[in-house]
Amino acid sequence: MQSINAETLHPQRSLGQQFSDFVRYRLGRWIVLAITTIFAIIVVAPFAWTVSTSMRLPMESFSVPPQWIVLNPDWSNYTEVFNQVPFLQEILNSFYVTIAIVIGQLCTASLAGYAFARLEFPGRNLLFWLIMATMMIPLQATIIPVFVLISRMGLANTLMSLILPALPTAFGTFLMRQYFMGVPKDFEEAATIDGANQIQIFARVYLPLVAPGLAVLAVLTFNAHWNEFFRPLIFLNDPSLFTIPLGLATLKGYMMTGSISVVLAAVTMSLIPVLIVYIFGQRYLIEGLMMGGVKG
Amino acid sequence: MASVASTTTAAPRSSRNPFHWITENTLAGMERRKALLGYLFLSPTILGILVFTAGPVIFSLVLSLFRWNVFSPPEFIGLANFDRFFHDSRALMSFWTSFVFVVFAVSLQLVVGMLLALVIQSRMVTWMRYTYRTAFFLPMLMSGAATAIVLSYMLHKEFGAVNYYLGLLGVPPIPWLSQPGWAMASIVISYLWLSMGFTMILFIGGLTGISTEVLDAADVDGAQGLTRFWNITLPMVSPTLLFAAVTGVIGGLQVFDLPYIMTYGGPGDSTRTAVMVMYEAAFKNMEIGYGSTIAVVLFVIILGVTAGQFGVGKRLVFYQ
Repeated sequence: MQSINAETLHPQRSLGQQFSDFVRYRLGRWIVLAITTIFAIIVVAPFAWTVSTSMRLPMESFSVPPQWIVLNPDWSNYTEVFNQVPFLQEILNSFYVTIAIVIGQLCTASLAGYAFARLEFPGRNLLFWLIMATMMIPLQATIIPVFVLISRMGLANTLMSLILPALPTAFGTFLMRQYFMGVPKDFEEAATIDGANQIQIFARVYLPLVAPGLAVLAVLTFNAHWNEFFRPLIFLNDPSLFTIPLGLATLKGYMMTGSISVVLAAVTMSLIPVLIVYIFGQRYLIEGLMMGGVKG
Repeated sequence: MASVASTTTAAPRSSRNPFHWITENTLAGMERRKALLGYLFLSPTILGILVFTAGPVIFSLVLSLFRWNVFSPPEFIGLANFDRFFHDSRALMSFWTSFVFVVFAVSLQLVVGMLLALVIQSRMVTWMRYTYRTAFFLPMLMSGAATAIVLSYMLHKEFGAVNYYLGLLGVPPIPWLSQPGWAMASIVISYLWLSMGFTMILFIGGLTGISTEVLDAADVDGAQGLTRFWNITLPMVSPTLLFAAVTGVIGGLQVFDLPYIMTYGGPGDSTRTAVMVMYEAAFKNMEIGYGSTIAVVLFVIILGVTAGQFGVGKRLVFYQ
């Protein structure tokens, strides 16, 4: 915010004074940026190390000093992942579960969000606050009964056991309600005059207008469930049903004495989908995270 | 409530068409259709939350009063599980471990997240801001499992990259994952790496929300540096700070994948968190009842801490 400093106001100041101004206004800034840059490099280093080590010969994988640049990339670790664990199956399982949850949450949350934002019915506020209150309930407080329930429903050890309980979403409902409330009511009135019924107003008029909200929810949900570990660990026994994070943990267990390059090749592959989602959806990701905070 | 009343009185009006009250082409009919549609649209969410969230919370409380190992029928034992919990030194220790973890992890998260947000929101070229933001945000994309794996390799005592570079600075090899205190530090650092991007984004949101009038007034009054931070910036972002603290504590008390994969609770029980002990009781030892007891205690603590934070927040937080 320091657009005017002593130097611009007093160009005739002495060298000594100019130096003290430099220390005061510039040096501190440079030190801050230097520290931030070093910190940024440290923060990104695990990614660079993961990718470079995944392309090195297994026997060199733990060599010291760490080598960051790989001159002769060795891709055999990547094929080895598929030999060690059913990694292709794990990728498919992860995609199936994650995409099903994303689509499911988009449906339930946009319906519920629209109801709370645009439809009037008795008990609307009470229901809204009750649903918001359930956001405070941690996963761990419900996981045991949900596990019992899933078993009783005959869904134990199926991918459906991960999908079904994740479909209702209090956060998504809140998010979509905010977006629906941001659409002016005039749209509804205009559509009513044009003879649209309530379902058409929702599907044809409002839903396209809250596309950014749907994108936010989709990106957040994808990220959360692609990386999920706790529920898959408890709900799945059969290795052919494992999702990627569970597979990574298993692979690490096998590899305690073997090559870490293979494990890191698997980690690298597991990152690709979330990176793609981030590259195309970072605006929505950040917007969604901020919305959670500003409204809290 | 008006539409309920009109629904019941209007229903018998048409004897020919039993659905007349809803199909009626009047304003009242349209209102009734909207109300019905509201319930219809809400039904998947409400049903789902009842079955998979609200119901299970109640069911947890019930289960905590039973001894049940899945194979034999559940046996009602009153508060015996809670009595056992308060004498189970391993379980109590795990709550203490979680507490220590949360204190360190959340305070670091708030300080680092705030500092990063302040740097990123300060005057700088757009591409620099963008690069910094991306760098600090990137770890959020990694799963807890992948983070635990990568960082436990990097923290390896003999061959890890971290000790190698510390060695260049003259630091003797640190037993990151093999000594109780350092193991806790490793988990805290890994958690911080994973989660500080979120806190940073929250604070960036909070900082951009400060109205320009306030900042201009601060400029006119010559508020700079630390004075400006303590008297202007911090009060203005205090709602965000409260939110970040609340979500940080809730998230921190639930930490599971990092200690589970990095140390498996060890060495000894030094990184065995409350959730890990609950997981072991319910899903390893198949003591569903006792596991539920631990879950209930954890839930009550989370609720209590959150309520306490909002209570403190009410007095300290400044809302514009």
